[in-house]
Amino acid sequence: MKITLGPAGPSQSFARLVESLSGEDLSKCYQCGNCTGGCPVSFAMDIAPSQVIRMVQLGQEETVLRSNAIWRCVSCLQCYSRCPKCVDLSRIMESLRRLSLRRGHEPVTVYALPDEFIRRSPQMALVAGFRKLVP
Amino acid sequence: MARIGVFVCQCGNNIAAEVRTAEVAEKLKDVPGVVHAEDARFYCSNPGQEQIRKMIKEHNLDGLIVSACSPHMHEKTFRKAAETAGLNPFRVEIANIREHCSWVHHDPTKDLGTEKAGDIARMMVERVKRDRPLSKIKIPVTKRALVIGGGVAGIQAALDIADGGREVVLVEREPSIGGHMAQLSETFPTMDCSQCILTPKMVEAYQHPNIRLVTYAEVEKVDGYIGNFTVTIRKKAKSIVEENCTECGECIDKCPIKATSQFEMGMTKRKAMYIPFPQAVPGVPVIDRNACPKYVKDMSKCGLCAKVCGPQCIDFDQQDTFETVNVGAIVVATGYDVMPAENFPEFSGGKSKDVITGLHFERLASASGPTGGEIKRPSDGKVPETVVFIECSGSRDERRGVSYCSAICCMYSAKHAMLYKHKAHHGQAYIFYMDIRCGGKRYEEFHRRAVEQEGAIYLRGRVSRVYPRDGRLVVQGADTLVGSQVEIEADMVVLATAVVPRLGSKDLAQRLGIGYDQYGFYNEYHPKLKPVETVTGGIFLSGACIGPMDVPTAVAQGSAVAAKVLGLFSNDEMAREPIVAEVNRTTCNACWDCLVACPYKAIEREAIKNRQGEVLRYVARVNEGVCMGCGVCVAACHSKTIDLKGYSDAQVYAALAAV
Repeated sequence: MKITLGPAGPSQSFARLVESLSGEDLSKCYQCGNCTGGCPVSFAMDIAPSQVIRMVQLGQEETVLRSNAIWRCVSCLQCYSRCPKCVDLSRIMESLRRLSLRRGHEPVTVYALPDEFIRRSPQMALVAGFRKLVP
Repeated sequence: MARIGVFVCQCGNNIAAEVRTAEVAEKLKDVPGVVHAEDARFYCSNPGQEQIRKMIKEHNLDGLIVSACSPHMHEKTFRKAAETAGLNPFRVEIANIREHCSWVHHDPTKDLGTEKAGDIARMMVERVKRDRPLSKIKIPVTKRALVIGGGVAGIQAALDIADGGREVVLVEREPSIGGHMAQLSETFPTMDCSQCILTPKMVEAYQHPNIRLVTYAEVEKVDGYIGNFTVTIRKKAKSIVEENCTECGECIDKCPIKATSQFEMGMTKRKAMYIPFPQAVPGVPVIDRNACPKYVKDMSKCGLCAKVCGPQCIDFDQQDTFETVNVGAIVVATGYDVMPAENFPEFSGGKSKDVITGLHFERLASASGPTGGEIKRPSDGKVPETVVFIECSGSRDERRGVSYCSAICCMYSAKHAMLYKHKAHHGQAYIFYMDIRCGGKRYEEFHRRAVEQEGAIYLRGRVSRVYPRDGRLVVQGADTLVGSQVEIEADMVVLATAVVPRLGSKDLAQRLGIGYDQYGFYNEYHPKLKPVETVTGGIFLSGACIGPMDVPTAVAQGSAVAAKVLGLFSNDEMAREPIVAEVNRTTCNACWDCLVACPYKAIEREAIKNRQGEVLRYVARVNEGVCMGCGVCVAACHSKTIDLKGYSDAQVYAALAAV
């Protein structure tokens, strides 16, 4: 994977969109990694939470929106409670989920999940998963 | 017979844990010459010192051993205590039974420690028996300072010394003082205009009654020693009679010849008759003899400047002149250079005009610079849409022999990104970095401002290469936070090239007799506790000649050095330890091995004359003002003619024999 960057407009448009959806300032993140360190589900993510922000900063739209990380996030707010720069990553994750839905990506098919899994899954994960059914 | 007292210190439990101090004292009483021995808990305490003084008087002692910690700790303390009791301080010796014994050994029975402590004390007794009473050496002090280098560090040092009431000779290599700081656009982290805060200082230095500026000049030769230096200055021919020049600038206007401006980093031209920049101090122009046809074409044509000059002060035949000044202290403030962009062919440095160094960018951003403060790329004058800054260009790069951090680049690149954004609102700045090191006061906040408010995008990784494509520059690097390659099509690339020592810094160091590191930066006496002193007495350091540093630190060092110089100048004479070499004139056979061996140039040839004034022969003589008591000459001397006071061969042998 190669990242290509250039003039201000195109490189930054995705980041600005996520900022307007989430209400968070992405440039505040200085990549300390505390969010990844504390995240209870980061072990199961294909890209780490801090990398999600980094990729949004660098306009890596496709990679981020197709990642499973945004769906594994359960909005427990551990990341936000520890972030030294007060960035609410769960809001960013939420905005990415919404964007992913708008683009028609289907990472989770809730009705296809086994009952046992649904019983053990955190409520928030299911809520996030069901969201795509709402137009 | 000697009357020596031995005082064995327990140092709380530091020594007593390994040494039976009372037993050591008891045994020392048997050594011939020892008339009193005792131990106590802390001799460095006030009651301890009082006890020593009391015993000196009671037993009429003529020599003293304090068996205690390292002489580095308390030799001065005990010598002073002895002096107040009427004993010559150089008849006091320290037997180091802490660092050399109790701290480095462990024996629960204390037998070994006790035995060794006794041995060390006995050795010192033999030394003291042969100690001659010495008195401190007095050296007269010339209360005038020489400052080499007129950058901000040198200017600050000169101003503070001059304000302290002492004369200063400020020597500058270029036609104007100001140094690199005069080239900067703004200064971090406050973003005040560099020239606006510097030029008042330059003018102040120029007009100060105690400061004499000698510009376009270099230090040729340094002789002498602390308090008494004789310095030869080469004043390069300006081709102008400086005293008559009114700084009207008529000659510059009329000069038809153009040459590359070093001050503008080669990005524009200046005249062959020139001042480096408009606010130059002094404003007296000089003729660039490498450009003026009067010189390059064998004194033939032109001469327009001479025709228009009102006061007729142009002198084409002027030669370099030499001036000798006597000074008591020398401040070295010669500053730094930056690695040129040409050193980076992999970044297209030297091949593309749009690959520039940070100093080039400073000139582009400066209101008095070649573009009037607009950021325009050098190749075609277009305003760049995308600018890539590459940190650590040459720094922390062992392949290039630079393993140190250049300390200022993180901050100035953040500043550059801000300035660029202020001047080209739609532009995008990218900064490749390895680590962000913004350790100063308000520095980290400044860096974050560049990111959060000015939208600079930082990429954590090094750039591998930069190559031109369709009139632009393709930058290939990485962002290790994402873990992937990054490619940026840029209009301009700014390299934060390494801060390196001035060209010829080693040469000057050898002329001054001061030390330098493997790079050519000058060595402080002690990196923490004597940061502006050198090992050579009377020579001080200030600014980036010591290592990469920012303006606040350089200014602080300028003031620090002034405090040191004024301290030195506060007395008419300075006293120093008499631990110096001495020559026995009757046995010296004038082989001059000592003269060659001496690292401080302290050995001179002395003529022995008869009553008629005829020279019979020459012998070596030690200049006590210069001698540092290192003992190299003692080792070099074949005829055992030279001895070190307080450390004579006789003392050393006697001490060894006592074990």
